[in-house]
Amino acid sequence: MQDVNYRPKIVAFCCNWCSYAGADLAGSSRLAYPADVKIIRVPCSCRVNPLFILRAFQRGADGVIMAGCHPGDCHYTSGNYFARRRMTLLFSMLDYLGIERERTRVEWISAAEGAKFSKTMNEFAATIAALGENKRLEDLRCKK
Amino acid sequence: MQRIGVFICHCGTNIAATVDVKAVAEALGREPGVVFSTDYQYMCSESGQTLMRDAIREHKLSGVVVCSCSPRMHEATFRKAAEKEGLNPYMVEIANIREQVSWIHKDVAEATEKAIILGRAAIAKVHLNKPLTAGESPVTKRALVIGGGIAGIQTALDIAEAGFEVDIVEKEPTIGGKMAQIDKTFPTLDCAACILTPKMVDVAQNDKIKIFSYSEVESVKGFVGNFKVAIRKKARFVDEDKCTGCGICTEKCPQKKVPNEFNMGLDTRRAIYIPFAQAVPKVATIDANYCTMMKTGKCGVCQKVCGVGAIDYKQQDVIVEREYGAIVAATGFNPMKPTQYDELGYSTCEDVVTSLELERLMNAAGPTAGTLLRPSDKKHPHTVVFVQCVGSRCDAENEKGKPYCSKICCMYTAKHAMLIREKYPDTEVYVFYIDVRTPGKNFDEFYRRAVEQYGVHYVKGQVGKVVEDNGVLKVQASDLLSGEQLHIDADLVVLATAVEPDKSARSIATMLTASMDTNDFFTEAHAKLRPVESPTAGIFLSGVCQGPKDIPETVSQASAAAAKVIGLLAKDKLTCNPCVAESDELLCNGCSSCEKVCPYGAITYADKEFRGPNRTTLIRRVASVNPAVCQGCGACTVACPSGAMDLKGFSNRQIMAEVDAICKM
Amino acid sequence: MSHDKKQAQLDEILAASGVDVRKCMRCGKCTATCPAFDEMEYHPHQFVYMVEKGQIDKLAASPSIWQCLSCFACMERCPRQVEPAKLIEAVRLSVIRAKGANHLKPEEIPALLDADLPQQAITSAFRKYSK
Repeated sequence: MQDVNYRPKIVAFCCNWCSYAGADLAGSSRLAYPADVKIIRVPCSCRVNPLFILRAFQRGADGVIMAGCHPGDCHYTSGNYFARRRMTLLFSMLDYLGIERERTRVEWISAAEGAKFSKTMNEFAATIAALGENKRLEDLRCKK
Repeated sequence: MQRIGVFICHCGTNIAATVDVKAVAEALGREPGVVFSTDYQYMCSESGQTLMRDAIREHKLSGVVVCSCSPRMHEATFRKAAEKEGLNPYMVEIANIREQVSWIHKDVAEATEKAIILGRAAIAKVHLNKPLTAGESPVTKRALVIGGGIAGIQTALDIAEAGFEVDIVEKEPTIGGKMAQIDKTFPTLDCAACILTPKMVDVAQNDKIKIFSYSEVESVKGFVGNFKVAIRKKARFVDEDKCTGCGICTEKCPQKKVPNEFNMGLDTRRAIYIPFAQAVPKVATIDANYCTMMKTGKCGVCQKVCGVGAIDYKQQDVIVEREYGAIVAATGFNPMKPTQYDELGYSTCEDVVTSLELERLMNAAGPTAGTLLRPSDKKHPHTVVFVQCVGSRCDAENEKGKPYCSKICCMYTAKHAMLIREKYPDTEVYVFYIDVRTPGKNFDEFYRRAVEQYGVHYVKGQVGKVVEDNGVLKVQASDLLSGEQLHIDADLVVLATAVEPDKSARSIATMLTASMDTNDFFTEAHAKLRPVESPTAGIFLSGVCQGPKDIPETVSQASAAAAKVIGLLAKDKLTCNPCVAESDELLCNGCSSCEKVCPYGAITYADKEFRGPNRTTLIRRVASVNPAVCQGCGACTVACPSGAMDLKGFSNRQIMAEVDAICKM
Repeated sequence: MSHDKKQAQLDEILAASGVDVRKCMRCGKCTATCPAFDEMEYHPHQFVYMVEKGQIDKLAASPSIWQCLSCFACMERCPRQVEPAKLIEAVRLSVIRAKGANHLKPEEIPALLDADLPQQAITSAFRKYSK
């Protein structure tokens, strides 16, 4: 039975050059998205180790989204291509583990796409809220 | 344990209106390691910074968290303030509670809770922060310009003007590039040679500039400020220092049947040649593919006539090693050869020419001495048809052409049409266009003049086919506005072919580790804000190698690139970004995974001695990162299977600590 | 025809031809190249534009669809891979299907053949008149 006060925990990894700037633009354009989304700034989407995502699930995150520059626009030339491949592999592993596919997502959001950032986060948060708590990977020992 | 100070900014009411800043300060003040926590109206103001500095001093803070606007806004401000108080700037972290909290949430309780969580994540990160020192690397005060066209010439002149040495590497025997082949320039119609050749002379006479003509870049090593470049000086079989450029050899050479590339193969030159009269350096070059002496060992006429003994049939290629602080790519372009369009008859009809060939046919120094005569029968053409967008603006899946607009064709075609109508009013000129694109100062006025004053027939439509019939070019075309199919008997057809990056650009980009787009144009560091820099530090872009442009644009970009180079060379030392990758040699297994993903070639391997068991010495291959080259993307950290690679400032532990803090609510 | 039915016909034509009419940059090379230009009421570039605007009825009623030679010159030369001939063929097909009968039966063909007729024309005729 789901707790009525349930609020999903969503971790968003954003690359410094595109998506983090896109989040800033969403902010300065006052384009709201749920407070459940918390952003972690990384230099590039290729800095996101799949382990970080597993760690988030282990610590009780209900959804993890990674946002980077559009393919071809990476500040570091090719970082987002690496990220894309790594995430493809990770997602198939998560699938194998029985984590719903919808709990993870990769989006390419440029510094000019504040509206896309907000829209994506709204959609993602709604999806996660509908899926409910993620219990499969959560490590209960990590709970307070 | 760190001693952390937390500062919550009100940002006037920007933050304080939706976030209960007092509650945030109080909650974060209870976090482990936090010894001081306060809020203030404007943290970025002078007094806000003083508040932070006082707290660092009084509470002996080892780390600072500022909950304020985006780090993209004021991270540098707060880091600088901390540095002034003797705290390492990289011990300061920002929690973004304006763009990510107060501006997008309305509910105060919700916003306050999120602000606290973001503050906790920043505190968790600061706990693991380590003081970082930006490294320094020296700068070689010399620049290399690859390509000696108008882009390279302008860049070199501007850099030399600032007092720095510049080398130009040009693969042809002379500098000047495509502009030297052009007759007149739009929209002023002044002659290209009259404005280019004085610049070429300036280059030759400037003692800061060294020209490596008939030379190519062989290899590039090093990184920003410290490039080591090998230049291959191709054997021209003439001693450059001795040759006076008198040209007697080029008159006496018996091999007369060499296609003259400067005139687009429309006439011939000798096997020993100077490309054109104003060449710089004005030195003869022997074309070994055609020279009788080279091929049969019998001739030697040039050697006999040369008064200064400059001819040396045994000359070899020479590799010159030079060091540079910055490199400018100015590799330029070529117009596409439209042989793939059978219907337009370029390969089969002599009188179907490209626009650059027409330039030579109209140039006073060209094969017809400036009189417009068609190549086949050397007769004056009375009907000329221009076809626009040949090979440009094709679908991405179309293998015959390029997807981009070549940008310069509309204007040079208007120029050609106008010049023909002016010189030969009895000639009818048709221009078949898809769109006429004339953005630029005085450009549209120029095109309108071609239509209104010179009576050039602009037809909206395309040419479907060109067939030669008894010396007449039968042109079948569409006129979309009248809905007719036109059949024109033309004497000359001119194709405005797509601009293509020079063939050498790809290999040069690889040597420079500079990125390219799918069309082989160099990519700029930022499409809008850094248009003359490559994403690779120390590599700059000048001219068409970055994208199609006309002469004024090329020159402005060339000067812009020079300004960037001067800014770099003016520094004695370069400060590097300290947030770079670092390899733990004890964990590294030498697998090369990191090296493969590094876009900058910053990772190298070396065999190192380690202490083994029982006083033995082990030699292991381990990775090391060159901090001056590493840009800190972190690709290697994830590729590393043994966890030896980590990124300073964004370490695995730091990011995990943030994840933990966010998930622990 | 109702709006929905019309849309269904348009969708079918686009699907059958595989043509993306939005790719057209209106250069007119197809029309410049068309050997049947003089016979046609609507020319290849107009086909593309009219399909884009949804004017299928006008095209279907026009003799132009039968005057197209199916020589595919416009397809070969289109710089944007719009390929008008495929579109014309799809419109023809839609008309033939609506009529429920082939425009030409195989047994009628021998009578129409002459010795100079190139093989390609016969193949094209099959493509044009029967489905």
